Amino acid sequence: MNFLLQLLNGLQIGSIYALVALGYTMVYGIALLINFAHGEIIMIGAYTVVFSIQLIFAGTDIPYVFAIIPTVIICTLVGMLIERLAYKPLRNSPRISNLITAIGVSLLLQNTMMKVFGAQSRSVPKIFDHKPIEVFGANISISTIVTIVVTLVLTISLQIFMKKTKYGKAMVATSEDYGAASLVGINVDSTLTLTFAIGSALAGVASLLYVSSYPQAAPLMGSMLGIKAFTAAVVGGIGLIPGAVLGGLILGILEALTKAFISSRLSDAIVFGLLILVLLIRPGGLLGEDHKEKV
Amino acid sequence: MKKKLLSLLLAAIMIFTLAACGGGSTDNDSAEEADEAVTDSDGETIKIGQIGPQTGEVAVYGITALQGIELAIEEINADGGVLGRQLELISEDDKGDPTEAVTLYNKLADENVDAIIGAITSKPSDAIATNSTEDGIPIITPTGTMASITEGKDNVFRTCYIDPYQGEILAQFAADSLNATKAAVLRNTSDDYSNGVADAFIAKAEELGIEIVGDEGYGADDVDFAVQLTNISQNNPEVLLVPEYYEKDVLIAKQVQDLGMDVQIIGPDGWDGVLDVVDADSLESLEGVYFANHYSLDDESEIVQNFVTNYSDAYGENPSAFAALGYDTVYLLKAAWEDADSTDYEATIEALKGIELEGVTGNLVFGENNNPIKASSIIVIEDGAYKFHESIIVE
Repeated sequence: MNFLLQLLNGLQIGSIYALVALGYTMVYGIALLINFAHGEIIMIGAYTVVFSIQLIFAGTDIPYVFAIIPTVIICTLVGMLIERLAYKPLRNSPRISNLITAIGVSLLLQNTMMKVFGAQSRSVPKIFDHKPIEVFGANISISTIVTIVVTLVLTISLQIFMKKTKYGKAMVATSEDYGAASLVGINVDSTLTLTFAIGSALAGVASLLYVSSYPQAAPLMGSMLGIKAFTAAVVGGIGLIPGAVLGGLILGILEALTKAFISSRLSDAIVFGLLILVLLIRPGGLLGEDHKEKV
Repeated sequence: MKKKLLSLLLAAIMIFTLAACGGGSTDNDSAEEADEAVTDSDGETIKIGQIGPQTGEVAVYGITALQGIELAIEEINADGGVLGRQLELISEDDKGDPTEAVTLYNKLADENVDAIIGAITSKPSDAIATNSTEDGIPIITPTGTMASITEGKDNVFRTCYIDPYQGEILAQFAADSLNATKAAVLRNTSDDYSNGVADAFIAKAEELGIEIVGDEGYGADDVDFAVQLTNISQNNPEVLLVPEYYEKDVLIAKQVQDLGMDVQIIGPDGWDGVLDVVDADSLESLEGVYFANHYSLDDESEIVQNFVTNYSDAYGENPSAFAALGYDTVYLLKAAWEDADSTDYEATIEALKGIELEGVTGNLVFGENNNPIKASSIIVIEDGAYKFHESIIVE
């Protein structure tokens, strides 16, 4: 019983890691850039949830979950803006410049938000206003169920989008070769912007689900979440959509089981140690191949 | 490929850890201290030096404490001063930085102040305390809770209680008032405050016959406590100690509620302020939580009510525990100077050791290592507000 409960706890946090990892893996798979600012987009999403509920939804009959609309819009815009202003001018520079820029953007966003809204965290109203559901005597919160379902639905639709639509195919082509893709008439610039737009929209969804379980928005909330999700993406095989989900769920479940049955104080050390082991055995990640990176 | 990925991952982790740590702001405002001469009476004034943050990240603590101190000095001066002399406050801004605090300490020592109130945060307090032992200036920190500040330093006192003492108070409360037989602890393992309270609670609780059925930990950046709470709930404790500051307290209380746990949450003074950071919809998760604090706004004793009224008249806000501790500290010095009938350093220190003062934050007597032995107010959260529950003292 306890084991099952803990497994569910792991699935809950794991599906959030998975959702965030999807954004990392999308951008890496196509633009070959580790977008360190991804965690900060989630932070901006969380603030958007807070403010849109306070300014628009409070006092009306609209359920708070509709805050997803402004949140996804703002996150997408911010993601596209970052790509256009910070990454596009450096497209032909060495990769390390891009990496440093990404870190710079991440710090810039953190500190700007801290200056504007203060270092204190903001509380988020209850988004899913339901009592926990009882299954076999265990209480499962609504947000856990919603998070898991949404993650699965998004993964599958993303996979279909990449494989079946023209835009998806253009993305795959761009990821294989910028030059060749533009030769056959693909607009590389807008394809890359679209990649960031989708990645950031996913971050918007993730931020709403995140604050529905952990109802606080704070300027630094994205950094640790970002590291864990990035780790999940790498473990699953970065650049691979199913890999991000697998990595996220494994990370969440490993964390939960370590905390529950080994030690809640050493869990990070043990979990990250295990993950290094995984990478030593399968350097490309669980689903990755050793030399090819693609979406 | 293997190496590349690994080194990328490691680099990322290192950079981000650094980034997370580097969030602190540096305030470069030139330290223009407003040296306040409260009075220009004909006799020589008694000079009180004060060190605390007025700018920077922890400014809010320093400013409220200073307001409490200023209020007490005004009251005393209006009442004729101490030993027929008026009090003069020289306040300095350490920005919460230990190095800065030591520089300011040396400056105040050169000015031959009669006593120093400070610092406000623990590390600067520890720094000036260590530097002060040779000069022998009486120093009282109103709010520095770190145990080492006063340890083995004859001239250094504090007005607040230390972290472990709160753990003992809470254990006493759990045993006497809640009649608990089984308790659990959920602590932040990377925080001295959390560990200090938790360890003392466990030791005292076991002494009082409470069985500790769970002691779980988490890291500073964690937001998910479901696993630890699930483990704890397997053993059905009646009381759960959460030694943590208010921002995390909100998350923990919500998850306790989400898991449908039937447990009484208790906590130390870090819970004070929790109602400012919780959304109205989530208030019910905090309902019925008990926490220890230095004093309570609605304690009905006359001295507390006078203080609250005067403070809110002067500053337009309710006094925090920091303000109350600052206020009491000035009265401690006044009582010591009057007992000693002089402001001589050694005589003042001797007088402080034997003092007994009824203050806003409780009855003050100094015990081992110049730490106060005093009652703690237990506050309960009821109908979305703090209510004074009872006063507890460790026997």
